[in-house]
Amino acid sequence: MSKRVDVSDLHVYYGDFKAVEDVTMTIAPRSVTAFIGPSGCGKSTFLRTLNRMHEVTPGGRVEGTVTLDSEDLYAPGVDPVAVRRTIGMVFQRPNPFPTMSIRNNVLAGLRLNGVKEKATLDETMERSLRAANLWEEVKDRLGKPGVSLSGGQQQRLCIARAIAVEPQVLLMDEPCSALDPISTLAIEDLIGRLKADYTVVVVTHNMQQAARVSDSTAFFNLAATGKPGRLVEMNDTATIFSTPSQRVTEDYISGRFG
Amino acid sequence: MVGRAGEPVGLGPDRRAAARGRRGDRLFHGAAATAGVLVVLIVVLITVFLVVHAVPALLHDQANFLTSRSWDVSVPMSFGILQLLWTTVATSVLALAIALPFSVGIALFLTHYAPPWLSRPAAVLIDLLAAVPSIVYGLWGAYIVAPKFAPIQDGIQHLLGWIPLFGGVSAISGGTTMLLVGIVLAIMVLPIMTAINREVLAKAPAAQQEAALAIGATKWEMVRTAVLPYGRAGIISGAMLGLGRALGETIAVMFILSALPQGSAWTWSLFNGGETFASKIASDAAELTPGLGTGAYIAAGLVLFLLTFVVNAVARLIIDGKKDFSE
Ligand SMILES: Nc1ncnc2c1ncn2[C@@H]1O[C@H](COP(=O)(O)OP(=O)(O)OP(=O)(O)O)[C@@H](O)[C@H]1O
Ligand SMILES: [Mg+2]
Repeated sequence: MSKRVDVSDLHVYYGDFKAVEDVTMTIAPRSVTAFIGPSGCGKSTFLRTLNRMHEVTPGGRVEGTVTLDSEDLYAPGVDPVAVRRTIGMVFQRPNPFPTMSIRNNVLAGLRLNGVKEKATLDETMERSLRAANLWEEVKDRLGKPGVSLSGGQQQRLCIARAIAVEPQVLLMDEPCSALDPISTLAIEDLIGRLKADYTVVVVTHNMQQAARVSDSTAFFNLAATGKPGRLVEMNDTATIFSTPSQRVTEDYISGRFG
Repeated sequence: MVGRAGEPVGLGPDRRAAARGRRGDRLFHGAAATAGVLVVLIVVLITVFLVVHAVPALLHDQANFLTSRSWDVSVPMSFGILQLLWTTVATSVLALAIALPFSVGIALFLTHYAPPWLSRPAAVLIDLLAAVPSIVYGLWGAYIVAPKFAPIQDGIQHLLGWIPLFGGVSAISGGTTMLLVGIVLAIMVLPIMTAINREVLAKAPAAQQEAALAIGATKWEMVRTAVLPYGRAGIISGAMLGLGRALGETIAVMFILSALPQGSAWTWSLFNGGETFASKIASDAAELTPGLGTGAYIAAGLVLFLLTFVVNAVARLIIDGKKDFSE
């Protein structure tokens, strides 16, 4: 239940503006990959091309290929809706559906797929909430609105919602940046456990977090202001944080810019 | 109130400015309070006026005011509102039933489907429809649409005549029926409802829309999970505003709807003619003289007033009842 992502020669545009240039990388299954880099270098933009969310933005388009276990995501005839079902996403701000209960938030994806049997739904809900490390905290109030939870709990609810549809890959864009330190630790702990089943990609501004949770790290940077962002280097997290091959990477990690 | 940073308020050269600020506050407070009291006072006075003039007429009423269908205001008076109430409510509810899906659909299209070069001019066009005076709708409905509508009506009657709402009414011909009024009213309330729905649906938060797409929702599923539920309260408010306008619409109804012949039998059919509260009062206004007879019309006006009031109260209840889940 976990697949490999290969990106080659990917260019990402907003209309005429090229936001990310020429990215080639491999994201290994059953591992956590961290994207780091200064603000505006295109981490979110690039992440969103991996599940075809980028094209939802007016003018958003890509050149190049992204494959999931050698299946081209951008091939003609591939339904972006199906891609997003296979590659889930968690956002920076927790965004549970405000009109839905905790239970219905988790099951929203399954309901879209037309699943109706109560047994399946109940089973999936409990499994997803347990996997998101939230079950014990909410099992007595599943009918309460999702937005009645704390920010950290809401983010874990969103993770439960994302994994309820059993994706192959889970993309997370700064999932802890709106959370307090305790909730952050809870999510980091969860990410560590999720990689047993999923290919996980995490964008983060927090160097310690990248070092703590990820197996490999990709460093993005802008060639110059106004130029598109690009992938500077990618390697084992340990290597990136101890002996990066590029000077800019070392400068960024040691806090000398960005 | 306002002092420069680090400077005690009311000291030094700022003192006069501060005093002026306080006076401004007091003036504004006074003006706001006066306006508030005035509004309440006006509503109370209108209600008192209506009640004072209605009660004597009601006391002289030989018929049951609520259940009688006749309207005879020369002494001895015998008048009731049943026919007026039915015509008013049926045409307005019909208008709402037609306008609601259209306005939501158009608003959804403009906010979530149409490209910007189309949605902006289309929105302006729909707003323009709201500026067309009701007399124009009345003339258009009565003289242009009604003759063309008559054969369609006959067809509906032929097919669905077994449903009481679509039963045949021999006395009314030419298409100038409640059904046509309902349709014209729907067109009249469409712009305001569409404008409100557009505003509401455009404000649906992007975060939830992305959330829906990210779990594999199609565009329409995204709209259903993350846009429509969010807009629910606003859509209901808009619908009630539209219903309120339809209930009170006067001149267009007066122009289109055929009057009922004396002593015609009761029917549920939408192919009937009749008069609404507003159109009845307007069409008889020329003959009104102060006195008991006028009181009867004022009593009818009072019922219309209550009706709109109830509609608004119900809308409030629906919206507040949903608050828990729509934060
Ligand atoms: N909707 C958009 N339309 C046009 N340009 C955009 C849009 N979103 C982002 N950009 C541009 O694309 C570039 C990359 O932005 P992106 O949000 O991907 O950066 P990021 O690395 O995620 O930054 P941060 O760390 O602050 O989240 C920036 O120059 C930004 O201005
Ligand atoms: Mg970002």
